[in-house]
Amino acid sequence: MKAGTNLEKVLTSGQFAVTAEAGPPKGTSARVVQQKAEILRPYCDAVNITDNQTAVVRMSSLAGCVLLKQQDVEPVMQMVTRDRNRIALQSDVLGAIALGINNILCLTGDHQGFGNHPAAKGVFDMDSIQLIRVLKNMRDEKKFICGEDISGEVPLFIGAVENPFADPFEFRVNRLAKKIKAGADFIQTQAVYDLVRFTKWMEMVTDRGLDKQVHILAGVLPIKAAGMARYMRDSVPGINVPQSITSRLEDAKNAKEEGLKITLEIIEHIRTLPGVHGIHIMAVGWEEIIPDIVSKAGLLPRPVSGKVPE
Amino acid sequence: MISITQPKPFEEVLESISQDQKIYLVGCGTCTTTQHTGGKAEVLAMKEKLETAGKKVTGWMVIPTACDPLTQQALAVNTREIEAADSILAMPCSFGILTIALYTSKPVYPALDTIFIGKEQSPGNFTEACIQCGGCVLGKTATICPITRCAKSLFNGPCGGSINGKCEVNPNTPCGWQQIIDRLTAQGRLDQLDEIEPLKDWSTSLSGGPRQIILES
Ligand code: SF4
Ligand code: SF4
Repeated sequence: MKAGTNLEKVLTSGQFAVTAEAGPPKGTSARVVQQKAEILRPYCDAVNITDNQTAVVRMSSLAGCVLLKQQDVEPVMQMVTRDRNRIALQSDVLGAIALGINNILCLTGDHQGFGNHPAAKGVFDMDSIQLIRVLKNMRDEKKFICGEDISGEVPLFIGAVENPFADPFEFRVNRLAKKIKAGADFIQTQAVYDLVRFTKWMEMVTDRGLDKQVHILAGVLPIKAAGMARYMRDSVPGINVPQSITSRLEDAKNAKEEGLKITLEIIEHIRTLPGVHGIHIMAVGWEEIIPDIVSKAGLLPRPVSGKVPE
Repeated sequence: MISITQPKPFEEVLESISQDQKIYLVGCGTCTTTQHTGGKAEVLAMKEKLETAGKKVTGWMVIPTACDPLTQQALAVNTREIEAADSILAMPCSFGILTIALYTSKPVYPALDTIFIGKEQSPGNFTEACIQCGGCVLGKTATICPITRCAKSLFNGPCGGSINGKCEVNPNTPCGWQQIIDRLTAQGRLDQLDEIEPLKDWSTSLSGGPRQIILES
């Protein structure tokens, strides 16, 4: 065990993991996070708190993770390199561990130009792959980047993301390999809609034996309206929503029900693919659908039902 | 390589010289002439705008290359008109403006924003190629700069937003990392990217005050 988190235990024991994502509020209310925790607790092995996702200022990921923990939900702290340099990033890792947060997911982050402060200076002191390596070095060597020693234990379960739907397609697997080499223990993928492409990608992953070196959680993002599908297809870089899905939502009498059905079909397909070790549900703004998804997908009960192991 | 400039909004220019009534105008015969931001035509257009706005222009000149030390002589020849002015409004790039300021005690105000140092890739199309980071990695990236050409300055790209060769930040901009991969693939050296590029030493970049090199004689 590298960190002994619930997520690590579920994944290393070979069980199909379920994680979810919770967006912290654009404000100061702890209640918002607590309510999400209440909903998600019995249905997920761990919950990600996003780090100023899409470069929009929100409550910090670290604070959100502490609030989750207080509700007995295991947090995954997302950490982007867009806003903090190496001094701040390492400092926040120490603080997170001190507060009992041991799952950290490394991202570069959406460009600040997408967010609500487009005039901000992007930091990008390092990229996500470099951050993964920094965390691994902190854990395994107990060293800061500068080579000085860290006092105390540094238990970390290190996550990263990969987008099988971005270009260049072949290089996407190389990049996954690089993340594994850097030290990623688990990977969350971009939302999967295009099953043909995802299946092809997973084949390339398993051909290279990468699924034996890292736990891959396929991203699932339930869509509740045709407009949302079109928006994601046209405006979110790196998300592929096939026409068949958009059409089904357009034709449906009840788009939400159809959206749930589509999500369940995607999960069913994903579960048949060799090398996929779990799903990561990104129902940002529609967290209340997660219990339905998890139970209808037959993924209940969760192994260590919501309890954070001591 | 040339300095790429853009005119500041005229209101901003007026605001910067709001205390001054008499203005001396300087243009540059090199980069800002090529780009039509600070050559003779633009200097004369500025003169007219200033006069319409109620200012008095005591004189003007276009220095052949404002960032050159010869600027000192050019200013000396026009001392009388410069001395008659409250301030100088400068239309070279920032390097030219800095050079002018070396040789005059008059306040100097920029009329242009200097955006980057770049190349004219095709007629009228100027793009940035290098930010002079002080630790060149071009040898590892098929001579395409990842710091300048990637919107997130990734050292191990591309990010998950690279689609059809375009950057997620601006669909009209090529993804620098797609270019790096294409060029390395063509050279049969894509495996160069298997190595993880270590953290960059930014201390050689814009991190510690002005950078300086003194050549030993
Ligand atoms: S790596 Fe640095 S020096 Fe080399 S081209 Fe890029 S910015 Fe310029
Ligand atoms: S799309 Fe390409 S150029 Fe744009 S930020 Fe991503 S890697 Fe960099």
